[in-house]
Amino acid sequence: MSALLEIENLRVTFPTARGPIDVVKGLSLTLGRERLGIVGESGSGKSMTGRSILRLIRAPGKVTADKLRFDGIDLLAQSERQMRSIRGARISMVMQDPKFSLNPVMTIGDQIAEALLTHQKLGRADIRGRTLAMLEAVRINDPERVLGLYPHEVSGGMGQRVMIAMMLIPEPDLLIADEPTSALDVSVQAQVLEIIDDLVKRKGMGLILISHDLDLVSAYCDRILVMRGGEVVEECVAGELRNAKHPYTRGLLASIPRLDEDREELPVLQRDEAST
Amino acid sequence: MSALKIENLDISYGDSKVTHGIGFDVAEGESFALVGESGSGKTTVLKAIAGMARSWTGSITAFGHARTPGIDRGFARQCQMVFQDPYGSLHPRKTVDATLSEPLAIHGVGDSGARVDEVMQSVGLDRRFRFRFPHQLSGGQRQRVAIARALILKPKLLLLDEPTSALDVSVQAEILNLLKRLRREQGLTYLMVTHNLPVVSFLCDRLAVMRHGRVVEVASVDQLKRGELQDPYSRELTRFSASHPKT
Amino acid sequence: MATTRDWLLDDSPSSRLQARLGRSYRLSRALARNPLAMVGAIIVLTLILVALFAPWIATHSPIGQDLANRLKPPSAENWMGTDELGRDIWSRVVYGARITLMIVALVAVLAAPVGLVIGAVAGYFGGWTDRILMGITDIFLSMPKLILALAFVAALGPGIQNAIIAIAIATWPGYARIARAETLTIRNSEFVAAVELQGASSLRVIVNHILPLCTSSMIIRVTLDMAGIILTAAGLGFIGLGAQPPLPEWGAMISRGRSFILDQWWVATMPGFAIVIVSLGFCFLGDGLRDVLDPKHGDRQ
Repeated sequence: MSALLEIENLRVTFPTARGPIDVVKGLSLTLGRERLGIVGESGSGKSMTGRSILRLIRAPGKVTADKLRFDGIDLLAQSERQMRSIRGARISMVMQDPKFSLNPVMTIGDQIAEALLTHQKLGRADIRGRTLAMLEAVRINDPERVLGLYPHEVSGGMGQRVMIAMMLIPEPDLLIADEPTSALDVSVQAQVLEIIDDLVKRKGMGLILISHDLDLVSAYCDRILVMRGGEVVEECVAGELRNAKHPYTRGLLASIPRLDEDREELPVLQRDEAST
Repeated sequence: MSALKIENLDISYGDSKVTHGIGFDVAEGESFALVGESGSGKTTVLKAIAGMARSWTGSITAFGHARTPGIDRGFARQCQMVFQDPYGSLHPRKTVDATLSEPLAIHGVGDSGARVDEVMQSVGLDRRFRFRFPHQLSGGQRQRVAIARALILKPKLLLLDEPTSALDVSVQAEILNLLKRLRREQGLTYLMVTHNLPVVSFLCDRLAVMRHGRVVEVASVDQLKRGELQDPYSRELTRFSASHPKT
Repeated sequence: MATTRDWLLDDSPSSRLQARLGRSYRLSRALARNPLAMVGAIIVLTLILVALFAPWIATHSPIGQDLANRLKPPSAENWMGTDELGRDIWSRVVYGARITLMIVALVAVLAAPVGLVIGAVAGYFGGWTDRILMGITDIFLSMPKLILALAFVAALGPGIQNAIIAIAIATWPGYARIARAETLTIRNSEFVAAVELQGASSLRVIVNHILPLCTSSMIIRVTLDMAGIILTAAGLGFIGLGAQPPLPEWGAMISRGRSFILDQWWVATMPGFAIVIVSLGFCFLGDGLRDVLDPKHGDRQ
């Protein structure tokens, strides 16, 4: 199977008062129809990587790469107009907080329908049917009622499931989920991730799951990239994360408290100059 | 004497009751956790103790004195709070020095220069950060400033509202170590609100599990570690934390 | 390390003074990078200098009449020509800068603090305090500024002091609204909760913690309003309720020049230019300040 996404030497640069700063420094990856996790702490460049695939980096930020190909399409060569037809239809993105991603003055039904209509022409009944089916797929119990609700009338977990429904209804080939569950309670988190996981597997999509949470990523991905300071420091199979070799990854793993914690002190990563 | 005794506490916002008959007891020098998911009312309990939530019935007794609703200056010297978001809890236009001197000025404590120096040292903040503004600090450094601000009046009880949930795991580890050391060195009592059971297991002695504004179970951390919580909801929470231990 | 610039930009300042100066330096550098703001700053600075050094810059007396040289066009002798009483227009415009600057400064000094305090108190305490204070504010806001100022001048009697008081009365409600809106967002922030929990009095919270955060939006708003204040003052002067003759107030000068606008265009046009340029200057400066001071408009880095 040919690669869905190929990235070579990706750089994201922001100008600052003290000269340009690379927030992603020459990242390369190849993704098939598989689940890839990108983990790292804040400032590691993981979100910027996700956003640059969709060319969502705003000026004055700049994206360069030797190669940024999605299913044979050179993403960097696309016009803004062409990009818009790729976003949503072929590559979708789920963001961290549904509160900021949903339009507060449109009902949920209308928003999902719009996501669908932007990329396909369909009749009214058809749209309604597909929307209901999608809400059911994200395990919303009474989709008929939820269709007519406004975003502020649903809980965080429900909101995030609606977001996922919106992102998946055009049946994209690649889903980028950037911290999709960090704003949610633990019990809801598991649910939401399982829904994503199930849909990705069933439809054979590619998934890039971006998170700060090592355990979460290792539970829901096939392969993991660990990022730090804009660079990939380690790449491993998800199941092998516990045997990670790089000192940074090992340090991160060790610094997480466990449920049966008996250490008197948690090991702390050595920082190169307490970063400002 | 218990540091904090709460009995039959009902807190309401406007017409709706947020908690129902909360009761628990925190011994002096103990570290106690209130655990629950969003909407369980755990943060509201903390706010009522601090004086920020003003309409409640029942009784809150701190160090043998009954609390009345509202903030009082005497109590402020005994009990301080650390907030969740290190970005929102520091005044954006005040240097670390100004933030730390303010409580001393409020209570007319002299010798602020030396006290600020001392407290910064105890939370592990280098001298050179003293005249920085919050935007020149990292998240972990800001949280250290927030902890220093809470400690500068030398209180006996600290209310911790999810003090590490907005931080990276490696920074979380530093702050947790710091909180543990400070408690040991200064004989502090902690009441911590969190949704994170592993953190409770590291930092606390006992915990109360809350759901829908009620305490469903009070248990020791040993019981938590051994997976011996009784209430079905507590067990469910434990299961989620164990299956993929959220940081 | 030895230069002043390094000292100002030091990431780890060693005193309160250095931290504050460093902040001001960064802000002024950011302002200097904005060309329009610089144009505005230069215009405003020029206005101030002209007002200060008017006796040296003016070539004639602003009120000295010379009936032999009435309504002369601009020339080497009278750079902007003369008016119907033979007074040198250039000198009158130069002295007029003093009046304009005085009006602007006094209105700002009177109206901004009043608005700031009323808005912050209303926003912080909420409830009935808020309802009463904002009720009063709304009554003032519901009337057009110029009409309100007109009414006050009519009641107080024409004259420059009364015009200033009238404009100040018409201006403060806008500031109160802004200060209240700012306060409402600040009041619920955790850093305010933190000082309250330390036992700080309401006065302390408002003065030390809330007002400093309102001031930048206030400075921006006042600067942007300056243009409107100048125009209102000129308007009052134009209809004869502001500065009284022979004071060289720009609005009054235009008013007198309008009888000759077709044949002696310079009499009304020169002070008109002055008003337009100074108003624009304040607008540019205000916009620039907003970019620099207002975090909501993107605090870069």
